[in-house]
Formats: sequence, C-alpha cells, structure tokens
Amino acid sequence: MQNDVVLTMRGICKSFPGVRALHNVDFTLRSGEVHALMGENGAGKSTLIKVLTGVYGKDAGQIAIEGKEVAIRSPQDAQASGISTVYQEITLCPNLTVAENMFIGRDKSALVPWKEMERKAGELLRSLDIPARPKQQLSSCSLAVQQMIAIARAVDQHCKVLVLDEPTSSLDDNEVAMLFKLMRDLKSRGVGIVFVTHFLGQVYEISDRITVLRNGELVGEYKVEELPQLDLVSKMMGKELDDLSAISVSGKETGAKGETVYEAKGLSSAACPNPFDFHIAKGEVNGFTGLLGSGRSESVRAIFGADRVTGGSVTMNGQSVKVQKPIDAMRKGIAYLSEDRKDDGIIADLSVRENIILALQVMKGFGKPISQADAEAFADEYIKALEIKTASTDTPIKSLSGGNQQKVILARWLLTHPQYLILDEPTRGIDVGTKTEIQRLVLKLSSEGMSVTFISSEIEEMLRTCSRLIVMRDRHIVGELTGDALTQDNVMRTIAGGGN
Amino acid sequence: MAGKTIKRREPLTDTQLLLTITICIFAVMYAAAMAIWGGGFLRWQQVFDMLNNNASLIIVACSLTIVMIGGGIDISVGGVTSLVVMSCVVHLNGGGSIPTSILMALAIGLCFGLVHGYLIAYLEIQPFIITLAGMFFARGMTTIVSLEPQNVAHEGFQALMNRKIEIPFLGYTAKNGNLIPARMELGVVVALAIVALVYIMLRFTRLGRNIYALGGNSQSALMLGINVRRTRFISYVLSGLLAGIGGYVFMMHTGAGNASNAAGAEMNAIASSIIGGTLLTGGVGNVIGTFFGVMTLATIKSIVTTSGLREPWWQSITTGAMLCFFILLQSVVLSRRGKGGLKRPAWLGGKIKG
Repeated sequence: MQNDVVLTMRGICKSFPGVRALHNVDFTLRSGEVHALMGENGAGKSTLIKVLTGVYGKDAGQIAIEGKEVAIRSPQDAQASGISTVYQEITLCPNLTVAENMFIGRDKSALVPWKEMERKAGELLRSLDIPARPKQQLSSCSLAVQQMIAIARAVDQHCKVLVLDEPTSSLDDNEVAMLFKLMRDLKSRGVGIVFVTHFLGQVYEISDRITVLRNGELVGEYKVEELPQLDLVSKMMGKELDDLSAISVSGKETGAKGETVYEAKGLSSAACPNPFDFHIAKGEVNGFTGLLGSGRSESVRAIFGADRVTGGSVTMNGQSVKVQKPIDAMRKGIAYLSEDRKDDGIIADLSVRENIILALQVMKGFGKPISQADAEAFADEYIKALEIKTASTDTPIKSLSGGNQQKVILARWLLTHPQYLILDEPTRGIDVGTKTEIQRLVLKLSSEGMSVTFISSEIEEMLRTCSRLIVMRDRHIVGELTGDALTQDNVMRTIAGGGN
Repeated sequence: MAGKTIKRREPLTDTQLLLTITICIFAVMYAAAMAIWGGGFLRWQQVFDMLNNNASLIIVACSLTIVMIGGGIDISVGGVTSLVVMSCVVHLNGGGSIPTSILMALAIGLCFGLVHGYLIAYLEIQPFIITLAGMFFARGMTTIVSLEPQNVAHEGFQALMNRKIEIPFLGYTAKNGNLIPARMELGVVVALAIVALVYIMLRFTRLGRNIYALGGNSQSALMLGINVRRTRFISYVLSGLLAGIGGYVFMMHTGAGNASNAAGAEMNAIASSIIGGTLLTGGVGNVIGTFFGVMTLATIKSIVTTSGLREPWWQSITTGAMLCFFILLQSVVLSRRGKGGLKRPAWLGGKIKG
C-alpha cells in the first residue's frame, strides 16, 4: 500500500509583512504513511499546514493531489480536494451531538435525517473503535475522544490526506495510545497522515518518514529508521553540537544550599483535597512528577493559593504566614508560572513590555504606576537577559512564538525578584532550543540562591534540573527521590506503584 | 424481552435539560397558584387569558430565541412591533385593506431583518449596537407615522379582532348556570403555529442545526463547512420577520396604535427566552422552552395581581427576582453537570451512568 504518492507540494513560498515564513519548501506524502513534520517554533510548520489546508494562500509553488494540480483557496476547497485537518484546538461544536458533529455542514439537503445520521455515525464510531455514542452531547466527551470524532468525520469524507496538528499536546498517555491505534488503523486504510508534534518520542513511535523544516526552509526528508533522535534534534536546531547532553549531567548541584525557605504542613485546596507536606530550601530545585491528572499542578497551585486553600499551615523562612490567594503568595516572594500559557499567562493584546511589568505592577498596587521609563528599562533588561526574540517592547505578545511568549512570562515573574519560583510545565509546546535555555536558566537561578519547583511531562528534563523529585499518583504523594535514586527507571517505577 | 439488553438512554443534552427545568418550574408554579389562590387559576380561561394577552410576546420571544441560539441578540423587536402596529393602524384607517396591512407588517419586519442581517453578518458589526440603533430608529419612525394614539376604525378588522374561538368543553359554569366557554383570540393560533414552525425549523432543518452550530462555536462552524455568514444573516431576517408578525398580532389584540406600544417588549422577550432555557452565550435553547418562559412570566404577573399587589412595580420586582433565580438555577445545574455530578433522576428515564 505504502508507495504511491498522494500529495506533493513543490516550491512553496509564503511571506508575511517583514517575515519570510516559507521559502521554496517541498513536501511529499505517500498513501498509508505517517509523515512527521518537524521543526522548531518559527520553522514554518504551521504556515505550511495552513497553506495546505487553505487558511493562507501561497505566494508561489504547486500543490498536487495524486499527480493533479489543485487550487486551494479556502478550507472548503481543501476538504473538497481530499485534505482534512484536525487542529490542536478542537474545531467541533460542543453543544451539538456527536453524530451531528460528524455530519453537519456536509450534505445539502434541507432536512436533517436524524435517524440515518445517527445510524451512520454509530457504524463509523464502532468501525474505528471510538468510545462515543452518536446521541451524546460532544462536550460530555473527553478531549481525546473529541479529537477522534474529528478524525472520524475526516475519514468519512474520504480524505486522502489527514493533517493532525499537534493532536497529542493535551492528551495523557492512555489517550495518546488510543489515538495512535486509530492512526495505525487509518494507515492500513491507505490514508496519508501528516503528523505535527513537539514530542520526539511520539515521532519515533508512529512515523514512517520525517520532514524537517528550519527557518522556513526545507532541511530534508528522511526515513525514520535512518535518522536517530540526536540527529533529528541537531537538524531541527541547525547545530551539530549536542546541546541536550551538555547539561545532562543531572541536577545534582541543585541541592539545598541553606535553610528551609518554604514549608507547608497538611496543605490542601479545593482542587487538591488530600493534605500534603512540602518543603524547599534555599537554592534547591525540586519537582513534582506523575502522570497527567495525578495532582502535580493542583499541588503547586495550592502552594501559590491559586485555588481556594482549605487547610494547612505554611511557614516561610521560619515565620508562620498565611497564603490564601495569589497576591498573598506574591507578597511573600513566591512566583508561579502557570501551566496554561494561553489562558492564565499571556494577555494576548498587550505589548511585551506591559506583559513583563504586570506582576510587579500588581504587587506595587495600581495606585503607584511604574513609570514608562522604568517599564522600558525593565523590559529591555529582561529581553536581553532571556534573549527574547521580539521586534520591540511594543510588539503585542500574541505575535511572538510560543517559546518567546513563555520567556516573557518568565521575565514577568523574575522581575518580582521571588525567593521561590514555581514553574508549571514551562517547556510545554515550545521548541527544543528554548527548552534547553529554560533548563539552563533554572540551574543558574538556583546557583544564585533561588528556590525553584519545576514541573514537566518530560522526565529527562526533570532529572536534568531537579535534585529532589516528589512523585504523585492519583492525587497522593507516593514517593520522594533524591541523590542516586534519581533515575528515569526509579521514577517510572514509583509512578507505576511497583516500588523498588 | 428478558434476554435483551435494555437500550441505554442518553443523558439529556444541555438544551433538553434546561427545557425540562423550565417546564417543571412552570408546572410547579401554576400548581401552587391553583392550590393557594384557586378561583381563576382553576379555570382554563386563565390559561387562555394568559395566551390572549401574550400572543404577540410569544412570537417576538421566538425571534429572540432564534438569534440568541445563533449567539446574537436583537433588541429592536419591541420597536419594530410598535412601528408595525402604528403603520398598520394608520394604513387601515386610511382606507387600506386587511391583506395589504398584513403585507405591510411583513414588509416592515423584513426590511429591518434584512438591514440588521446584512450589517451584522456581512459587515461584522456587533449585533447589540446595530439592533439598538434599529430600536431607536423604529421608535422614532412610530411617532413620525402618528404622534396621536389611534384606534382601528376598519370594520373588517374589528370583526377579525373580536372573533374569538370558543372551546365549550374547556369552559366553566357561571353562578347563574350558564356555560361560559373558553375563549381564545385568533392571534393565539398564529402564535402557536409559529412556535410549532420555529420548533420544526430549529430541530429538523439544516438551517436550524447550522444556527445551533453557529452559536456553539462560530469558528468551528466555519471549519465544519457551514456558511456562517449566510446562516447568521438568515437568523436576523427571520427575527425581523417574526417581529413584524408579532406586531400584527399585537394590533389584533389591542386594536389601537400608540407610540408606546410594546414598550419593553424586547426585554420581556429576552427574559422569556432565558427563563425558557436559551443561553445568552448561544448554542443552547429551545422554542418550546421559550413558550413556557412567556407563560411563566405571565403566571408570575397573575399571581402578583391576584395576591392583591396591584401596583405595577410589584410585577417588575417579582419578575426581576424570579429571573435572577432562574439564571442561578440554570448555571448551578450546568456547572454541576460539567463536573459529572449531575445524573438524570430515576423518574426521568432510569439509571444512567454519569
């Protein structure tokens, strides 16, 4: 099955005012293959996808489906040509039923054939092994299932090319496995799948081929077995030096360097009902680990007072303090970079400068505005220190890449000069280069005496930075690993509950 | 039978859940009124009175329900109603005929709908602002058409107005032994027909489902291949048209035109839609619920009047308090549902896995 070319893109160019997003990019997809499209943020992956799916028009180049050139001017054109896309953000209607979401907008009859639609939907869901019922309201399905429903819709439209744009970024391991099973099923049906993701491991688990882009240009197309992970990373980053292993000496030097800074006993919150004890010393970097939903974020949110605190006592630097809401925590020198950058982090329409001074301004109170000159100086200082790539301090933050947005938020918190910094998934959805930079920054801050709690879904990252890992399972702390016990193996075992 | 697995019934959708709540609230409230105040509430005529007085509101509330499900708002409907009433009264008194007056009502409504729809759907201006402008415009036009209140003098129309449908078996026996049949105005027939038509449109036609999709998530609707602009356009055209019909039915009830006709009708219509389970955020709602929403408001008013609080402000205060209560109840129910805490009670269809 896997040989005939289904999609060819040749010499694709696309520019935005001031930016050359794509330059002469080729892309070839064969039927029945999963083809990973890789690149750092700003490499042009999303632009290429959007050109393919008709969201953007291309400046030059050709797109051909099964050898025939097609003109794609809108998402509808793309669908008509057999190209379907499932975006990271679900593009279905939450208020409609599963069956409706699979069929709405497709046939042109005036009346809705409910019975037939629900029967067809039921058959399709069964044949693809998707755990949803046709009459169920979409919003009652999990995110993963919603995504699979979107895929089922695409499959039923006889798509030849299925584009999955970061489908796994908000799924847990079980859900990813479910999705991969579906993807393999589609492969065997001869669908060509374009898979965009940040997770290297997943690329190697499911893909047949990899196309790498960098700075809007094609680096190359490779068979997955001919491109070891390290080579892939260096091609994406355009550097031969092994950045990742350079700091893989582990975070053993990030141990405690002084007295306890923060200590909580029996802390619990509305979102984190099981009381837990926690402490961190000056200059220490520790981490909460566990599967998605194990309560790691909820625990650190309780420390910051982000959810309603329901019990427990907190001492900082030996003094008993009350942390009921974020402003309390901020005044005590705790900073929290939240997991959800889009909703809890950036204020999309404000400038980089305004985003940076926000937390400091809140702490000072709005009665004492920070002068324009000071704000400018602060922004410049941190843009330099964190190497934030932005046109100016006035640029709206939404026009920055994900990694640079994250750095801005980080700058916002560093500006408050916290003694204790909590980073909840600071590296999610950002490019490998920035990930490394953020990990380095954590080590640097620690050496300067700041205490840091670091959470990441990627265990390697945590092993590299943390000197102590608190392992959670099902909303309970189930273990604490330090020193030589800090190995990936041990972490996995503790999470799984096997003990050692 | 015994060997077969019992077919599992789906949990209610948000729309169905809110509809159920509305109907229950209406039933409880009306039953309470019957138990406490008896008298008029025990007669069918009470229901028909509420229908007679609110036929126009039912129609206008239907138009609001359509645009609100589509994620929009139309606050011009009261103004359009009053303009239609005044124009038709003047037209009839000036020698016009009934068919031409009906055409006039439809045309006025349609004009407002077309302009609103075009500006909102194709030029993407906020519906609140546009329909606010439409409201002022229509109110202003009403006084231009006639500053003085006028009664319809047209004989054919008066006959139409006074024509009541009598339903003897729902009547009651007066003290003197005469059977007094229940009386229903023609406007009620129109209103009920429109509720049925709009229900069918929203539930069974592609247009209707596209309106729900639009209100659920307009970006998604676009990606799903729905012509979002046209759908939005049509929703406002329908709204305008229904406001025109609502105006005519209003005139069939009062038989007079007055610059302050249907004052606040848009707010009553919004309140009825919301009580009926239509969410202002769009995507959820049902026109049957809207009908019960109007009836619930009417019942509150009757209860307030019956219990001796005749001053008009008591009605407003009670309506405001009840509206607040409904919204709280809906949001509590919907938010509990989000956490999977709400299960359908056994009496509504058995055991459901949450």
